[in-house]
Amino acid sequence: MIDFEPSDEQLLIIETVRQFAEQEIRPVARECDEDGKLSNSVLAQAHELGLVANGLPEEFGGGGERSALTGALIAEELAWGDLSQALAILSPGLIALPVAEFGSDAQKQATLPRYAREQFVPGGLALQEPHFGSDPFRPTARASRDGESYVLEGEKALVPWIEGDDQVLVFADEDGTPQGFLVSREAEGLVATPEQNLGLRALPTVQLALSGVRVPASARLGEAAGCDLRRIVAQGRVAMAAAGIGVARATFEVARDYAKEREAFGVKIAQKQAIAFKLADMAIEIDGARLLTWEAAWRLDQGEDALREATLAIQQVRRVAMDASDGSVQVFGGHGYIREYLPEMHLRNARGLTVLEATALL
Amino acid sequence: MPISFEMSETTRLAQDYYRAMATDHLRPISRKYDTQEHDLPTEWVDWYWNHGRKGGPEDVGPSDGFIQVCVQTEELCWGDAGLYLRTPFAGLGGAAVGAAGTKEQKKRFLSVFHGDGGPAWGAMAITEPSAGSDSAAIQTTATRDGDDWILNGTKIFCTAGEGASQQEGGFVVAWATVDPTAGRGGIKAFVVPAGTPGMTLVGLENKLGIRASDTATLQFDDCRVPTANLLGSAEVKKRDAKASSGDKGFKGAMATFDASRPIVAAMAVGVGRAALDYVLEELDRQGVRIRYDAPPAELTALERDVMEMEAELQAARLLTWRAASMMNRGRPNSLEASMAKAKAGLAVTRITQKAVELLGPPGWSKKLLVEKWMRDAKINDIYEGTQQINQLIVARRILDYPSSMLR
Ligand SMILES: Cc1cc2nc3c(=O)[nH]c(=O)nc-3n(C[C@H](O)[C@H](O)[C@H](O)COP(=O)(O)OP(=O)(O)OC[C@H]3O[C@@H](n4cnc5c(N)ncnc54)[C@H](O)[C@@H]3O)c2cc1C
Repeated sequence: MIDFEPSDEQLLIIETVRQFAEQEIRPVARECDEDGKLSNSVLAQAHELGLVANGLPEEFGGGGERSALTGALIAEELAWGDLSQALAILSPGLIALPVAEFGSDAQKQATLPRYAREQFVPGGLALQEPHFGSDPFRPTARASRDGESYVLEGEKALVPWIEGDDQVLVFADEDGTPQGFLVSREAEGLVATPEQNLGLRALPTVQLALSGVRVPASARLGEAAGCDLRRIVAQGRVAMAAAGIGVARATFEVARDYAKEREAFGVKIAQKQAIAFKLADMAIEIDGARLLTWEAAWRLDQGEDALREATLAIQQVRRVAMDASDGSVQVFGGHGYIREYLPEMHLRNARGLTVLEATALL
Repeated sequence: MPISFEMSETTRLAQDYYRAMATDHLRPISRKYDTQEHDLPTEWVDWYWNHGRKGGPEDVGPSDGFIQVCVQTEELCWGDAGLYLRTPFAGLGGAAVGAAGTKEQKKRFLSVFHGDGGPAWGAMAITEPSAGSDSAAIQTTATRDGDDWILNGTKIFCTAGEGASQQEGGFVVAWATVDPTAGRGGIKAFVVPAGTPGMTLVGLENKLGIRASDTATLQFDDCRVPTANLLGSAEVKKRDAKASSGDKGFKGAMATFDASRPIVAAMAVGVGRAALDYVLEELDRQGVRIRYDAPPAELTALERDVMEMEAELQAARLLTWRAASMMNRGRPNSLEASMAKAKAGLAVTRITQKAVELLGPPGWSKKLLVEKWMRDAKINDIYEGTQQINQLIVARRILDYPSSMLR
């Protein structure tokens, strides 16, 4: 039966993450943005909640409860707290989840347990490229086989590069097919240059230059079998869409509350239809986009190829999140332009959704 | 149960049944009754009454309840929204009786729709020449006379008003005030059976779209109905008095919108899907593929437009189903129903207009039905609360404002 109401179990997850977002993530969000760095204590506490580990197979210390839909519920709440921190908290999934789904036994053995242990270990995925029109399915980065190893050449952009990990999952073209490679951050020929971005300032990202980077053949994700990049991209889009809903909801709530406080011409500005209808539209669009996202996630969980649904969802969310955060700045008027208030940060972060490809995988 | 998008088997079967009905019985006469505006589409009315309403799949397990009604509605309106509105069924009037009537009233007025008599229609008459959105400002009066009420006034834009006022077995639910000084507290709904003396069909409108639907002006001159036809209590609540739980007057009538708005949203989705389906089929014939895996910078304007149409339609459909699923659970859904109606009305207005644009000359031509769907779609942004009225309702809910603070 079709049902839009979360089960008790799903509600518990939502509640738990929302509380965490409210009590831990939000209080440091502005500071993290201004300083351009993450809070290690938030990352550690988030890790204790097991948000990523729960989705990993039990045999490697995970909870065995992988679900794109659960992932979407978590991502929305975290991003409602703060998008930069949400992406950092979920970053282990950038490596752990593709490995869990497509990795060879040896890769799973070598990689997964580290993400389920006591300490937070971030992850990094190099999918996008710095040139205009970057296409995840047709990377210009190349992987060429040379005996028992691969040699990687090319450039990647917007690669999450949080302190504490030693590898990154790099996608490159091998004879016309995109493949993933687990590459050590210390590999020779790999140069990481920190990026300065418009939004998501607390999330460290780098541009990667790979020249003659040599990895063993066994580093190819899935080894001989390879991986299904369509599915990885669809999962990433769903996760990103869910996070986008979180940002949109946060900015909507801030605008709504402000509109009920602020007075002009003798009434609350929320009593003016121009403001009230804008808020109503935000609420409608956010709910619609959320349902699209849930449906795409649900289809992934059924094992369907849901790239179409995931793509429609992320496109819708990009628009909704931009409209909502721009609308929120507008509701605040001049105050919306000032860094003391949240909308300007929401606007910068929402713009990130339109740029980032699958950098948050769940 | 967790969140799920799995349509139940029963609903899927119903979807197939109504899709076939739409394909076989509505589409072939779609243009005919768009052109012959005020003719009764007898082939459809007779077939539906004698066969269509009696068929349908058996229950093969749990159904999606009210969502199934939305699914069926979508299929029929994918066939033809105007003919759908001309179908002999209880319609909005039935929804009002269902929401605010007593058991006895439901039996008395609704059993005809399951009976073996001739086709019948139900309608709801709220709108007047000087009061549309502001339905509390209606001027039609109801005056008590012993065991009867006497109605006086004019109603316009009454969907199915011809069938409901003229054809035996049918009825019009007319809103009237029993105390013009009491505002909305004085507004009551009366069931006026077809043929009641004093109720006259004054005329039918010529419209932009849904031309197969009879949109009537009804005149009430000393039209007498028994107290037993009043939906809810006769008691008048003064403006600021708190409505008691037994009050089914204005509030009860408004509650019918919580049930009917998801249906109207589903109608909209059906029309929107008709246009979008046609665009996709035409692209397919032309060998054009939509690339969901292409990077944004490479997408053509056409691909962007089509993807947006698809996403908008699905968002509207899911919002509609959500409002319906809340009814399955007996949850208050007026916020969600208005969200669905506002979204669907606007989304399909844009989708169908875009379809005409994308198809160019064929889209503009009457050789295809696309131009008709564009005309049909627009009504969904107007009736059952305009776009703005539904925004208003959503805004009040999310702001937690009474209507006095935002009007
Ligand atoms: C084909 C058709 C079928 C119909 N079927 C029925 C039926 O079966 N029964 C029935 O009772 N009625 C029916 N109607 C009437 C329909 O519900 C009304 O037309 C509709 O509610 C709008 O009322 P109005 O036309 O008087 O417009 P108005 O109320 O005059 O509105 C004009 C414009 O002002 C806007 N507006 C009004 N109030 C506000 C506000 N507070 N804030 C912001 N904007 C506002 C409206 O959104 C609209 O854009 C039908 C109409 C049509 C065209």
